Amino acid sequence: MSKLNTLTIAEARDALRKGDVTALELTEACLSAIDGAGALNAFVHKTPELAIERAKAADARLKAGDAPAMCGIPIGIKDLFCTEHVPSQAASRILGGFQPEYESTVSAQLRDAGAVMLGKLNMDEFAMGSSNETSCYGNAVNPWRRGDDATPLTPGGSSGGSAAAVAADLCLGATGTDTGGSIRQPAAFTGTVGIKPTYGRCSRWGIIAFASSLDQAGPMTRTVHDAAIMLGAMCGHDPRDSTSADIAVPDFEAALSGDIRGKKIGIPREYRMDGMPGAIEKLWSEGTEMLRDAGAEIIDIALPHTKYALPAYYVIAPAEASSNLARYDGVRYGHRAKLGPGDGITEMYEKTRAEGFGPEVQRRVMIGTYVLSAGFYDAYYNRARKVRALIKRDFEQVFAQGVDAILTPATPSAAFGLGDMADADPVRMYLNDVFTVTVNLAGLPGIALPAGLDEQGLPLGLQLIGQPWNEADLLNTAHVLEKAAGFVSKPAQWW
Amino acid sequence: MSTIDLETARRVAKLARIAVPDENLPALADELSQIITFMEQLNEVDVDGVEPMTSVTPMRLKRRADRVTEGNMQDKILSNAPDAREGFFAVPKVVE
Repeated sequence: MSKLNTLTIAEARDALRKGDVTALELTEACLSAIDGAGALNAFVHKTPELAIERAKAADARLKAGDAPAMCGIPIGIKDLFCTEHVPSQAASRILGGFQPEYESTVSAQLRDAGAVMLGKLNMDEFAMGSSNETSCYGNAVNPWRRGDDATPLTPGGSSGGSAAAVAADLCLGATGTDTGGSIRQPAAFTGTVGIKPTYGRCSRWGIIAFASSLDQAGPMTRTVHDAAIMLGAMCGHDPRDSTSADIAVPDFEAALSGDIRGKKIGIPREYRMDGMPGAIEKLWSEGTEMLRDAGAEIIDIALPHTKYALPAYYVIAPAEASSNLARYDGVRYGHRAKLGPGDGITEMYEKTRAEGFGPEVQRRVMIGTYVLSAGFYDAYYNRARKVRALIKRDFEQVFAQGVDAILTPATPSAAFGLGDMADADPVRMYLNDVFTVTVNLAGLPGIALPAGLDEQGLPLGLQLIGQPWNEADLLNTAHVLEKAAGFVSKPAQWW
Repeated sequence: MSTIDLETARRVAKLARIAVPDENLPALADELSQIITFMEQLNEVDVDGVEPMTSVTPMRLKRRADRVTEGNMQDKILSNAPDAREGFFAVPKVVE
């Protein structure tokens, strides 16, 4: 058998059930891979003792024949998820030392299904970023390089640690969260698969909030099949999240029939951007042909408000963030600034937040404060919410024409160098989300999967967007595209 | 192009309860101006008669009986406080 940490979730599950391998062996293989991968800075809080303990418990369950699909599967958890008595700080100094007394619903469901948490994964601070460079732990590094060029590349963001860990075989799967593209963009940058389900599919309870109307958790894995298995364990209604949908969760894995004959796939003309790299344009048309060859019908579609998605997002997300992050005040948890003589409570708030939040988080909190302030609320915030309604209507009209899924590039470029954007204005970094952010604004499911390499040998991803609550169908289409693309490349190990 | 002046930047920082030293205000005002200018593309969109979105997946919020569901965990709630005393969160003096 190949190195255990390189197995897919599906392979590992089958081997565990057959008794060919134990959860403990799998876990130990991952723990040693993690120990050898310090240079990637993916795992930022390791929990080896807990992992060994859970692996042994999983082996006992497997022996007893009580083993859900994720039982004994070693995974990483993004630092945005609160995990009981394990540091959970959203990669922010302001939550330094915070050890929750509770477990997020999604990570609890995975735990209860027998999954083995190996530790917490690096990310952009409060999930605000597209390159994992705003983290208080330092950059996570992409295991992929441009050929022999040793320039360190970003794994994307905000779920950069999750993507790097899955791509480098440090774990079999990882949780991510996606507010504007934070699962799909890092998946595309690392040659992995990431799905953001329909808004309301996964409970947000216990996930540190960024923009509540946009945030969704999802799995990051090496294959679409694995995404189907892991997503099934993460979904479901939760009375603790009022936006969690009380809708039955289908068997996503069983939906992978491989048959998409007669499906209608939309190609949105507005996603053809000026200056898009040739490799991405080529990948997109090749992907279109693959779906056509598999029997799908290809239709040109229009999503006329696409251009306004990013500006609307950069009103709505910071507005919600400024409100959600008001709780970090130095009173109940996390960091409190040292106060000078005579400092009162206002100074405590202001100094704590200046010390605790990094520059990007400060910027977004202040933008959010501005667009919600008296006199600007209608001009910015309400207008953005109206544009959001129009963006959603664009998709509804396309789905009403019978379109089953929409194919787009996942990102406007391959992974870029860490530090490349250091001098760029903030808006340039925001452009990373141009193909993904519409999906969050409309609450739809979206999946990124690797479909090829660029001329420098870096992975490129395609995105499929599905109808609300139809992740099963979306995963099946992605499965067909994945098979047709035949992406099997792995990063050469340098770490 | 929209511009945010120093006074506006100072006021926003104050509202957000983030201490920004005076020497950093010009750079902050610049960055905020760039972002606001980017947002102003939204002014091109005809939004007449469009309702602002309140919920992306239209759903009726579930109701439940107005009863305490969880509680009696003072220790757990205080366990992460930077300063907790005698069962309370402690903060600097608020009232003179």
